[in-house]
Amino acid sequence: MKYFTQFKAALFLASLIPLARLLWYGYSGQLGANPIEFITRSLGTWTLVFLLITLSLTPLRHLSGWSWWIRLRRMTGLYVFFYASLHFLTYIWLDQFFDLHAIYKDVIKRPYITVGFTAFILLLPLAITSTNKIMKRLGGKRWQLLHRLVYIIAIFAVIHYWWLVKKDITQPVIYAAILAILLGYRISISLKGSLTK
Amino acid sequence: MLIKKPDDIKSSEITDKQIYLSRRDFMSTTSRSLGVLAAGMAVPSLLLGSHEAEASTAAKFSGLRKSPLSTSDTLTPYKDVTSYNNFYEFGTDKYSPAQLASTLNPRPWTIKVEGEIKHAKTYDIDALIKLAPLEERIYRLRCVEGWSMVIPWVGFSLNELIKQVEPNGNAKFIEFTTLHDPKQMPGQRSGVLDWPYVESLRLDEAMHPLSILAVGLYGEVMPNQNGAPVRLVTPWKYGFKNAKSIVKIRFTSSPTASSWMKANSREYGFFANVNPEVDHPRWSQARERRIGEFLKRETLMFNGYADQVAQLYSGMDLKKFY
Repeated sequence: MKYFTQFKAALFLASLIPLARLLWYGYSGQLGANPIEFITRSLGTWTLVFLLITLSLTPLRHLSGWSWWIRLRRMTGLYVFFYASLHFLTYIWLDQFFDLHAIYKDVIKRPYITVGFTAFILLLPLAITSTNKIMKRLGGKRWQLLHRLVYIIAIFAVIHYWWLVKKDITQPVIYAAILAILLGYRISISLKGSLTK
Repeated sequence: MLIKKPDDIKSSEITDKQIYLSRRDFMSTTSRSLGVLAAGMAVPSLLLGSHEAEASTAAKFSGLRKSPLSTSDTLTPYKDVTSYNNFYEFGTDKYSPAQLASTLNPRPWTIKVEGEIKHAKTYDIDALIKLAPLEERIYRLRCVEGWSMVIPWVGFSLNELIKQVEPNGNAKFIEFTTLHDPKQMPGQRSGVLDWPYVESLRLDEAMHPLSILAVGLYGEVMPNQNGAPVRLVTPWKYGFKNAKSIVKIRFTSSPTASSWMKANSREYGFFANVNPEVDHPRWSQARERRIGEFLKRETLMFNGYADQVAQLYSGMDLKKFY
């Protein structure tokens, strides 16, 4: 792709819009009656969106035949980590205000927090091993195996959302459906044995 | 029945709305300037300084009586009370009732009162409002989701209506039904709950002086998104017990399964008393976020009304009767 660098730079900047929007809402007083809830939910939503974008790149490459999609994967993957970290930070700082006892109880007692927390912990090794240097040191095979954790992370993330909703599960169902398509595509391709070529 | 007065009443401390709103304005402006000065560090003040006074055009009630049952807790801003609502008849998002509830038409409106009573009657809303002198009741409201507000309701004791219709010996419970009209309530086109919304109280709970029929808030006629024209308020119970936009009140000999009990009886019980020791199966009820405050506060037993209502449940296992 001729303008790949420019395209990637534009995508990098566009990926910061959700954060910029929150900062602007905070400054201009548009976060509503429960600002902490708004921020937590927004950051959680964007974590999920970037997860699904990241998981879309392989199918996109496959369907379009353009290999450059895959060169965006590290960036979108790191944005998953970026928004997940902010989501997590919002929870421990703004929501719980570093009440470690309450956080500990939440993590062990509340299934939706347990899966969300687990997903975040599983994300850490993927972020740490995202540099070329470490990738080389690990070796392609092992690196790839490790990064398959993203499938479990995505499933946990959707469950995390599903379990926290009081009654109206419309939104989590949409995310679950998209994830099912993205994972289902991989399964069907690997059954045909053509994804790894 | 001996009813203790709360020890926190100081009616002298109840702030006039105008003064209150101008104070918020001041705080809002100040916190924003601070925010500019200390962008990163001022996160909490930025978050909390976002409420602006909004001129309201709603009709006002005059000559409201103050009540010794009111709390002296700081009021939640009018804007938050009227823009952050759980009213699934207008969508499941908390901001959608304020946007969608203009389709509700609270006049003309009638409330059918029937069942195990001597004087079944259909009240016109304007007659119901005159049934008893209107009072201002400043109550805490605790949502089962873990947030709370302090709202100056306008209304009268539900017991005034109960006395007038005279329950007979079979009357043990009282059931409230919300309007069912998908044209006025677009959220009812989705099957998220079993419409119409139904809630139920034990008769002695309904007769308790804290239980009111509210027809307004902040001295004004009830905004549509808060349950116009008339709603139930039982401040020691989670918010969902308080049926809104009531069209029918029925006295029964057995308890009615409420809409939320039908939706998920493991998570939502008949009593739904605020209780920090009995968690929702999926989240803790030990603490709550008071809208407008940064740090969470401890949730109080019966939402701080234990002195007045605990005797209604003496001898009951509140873990079992949640």
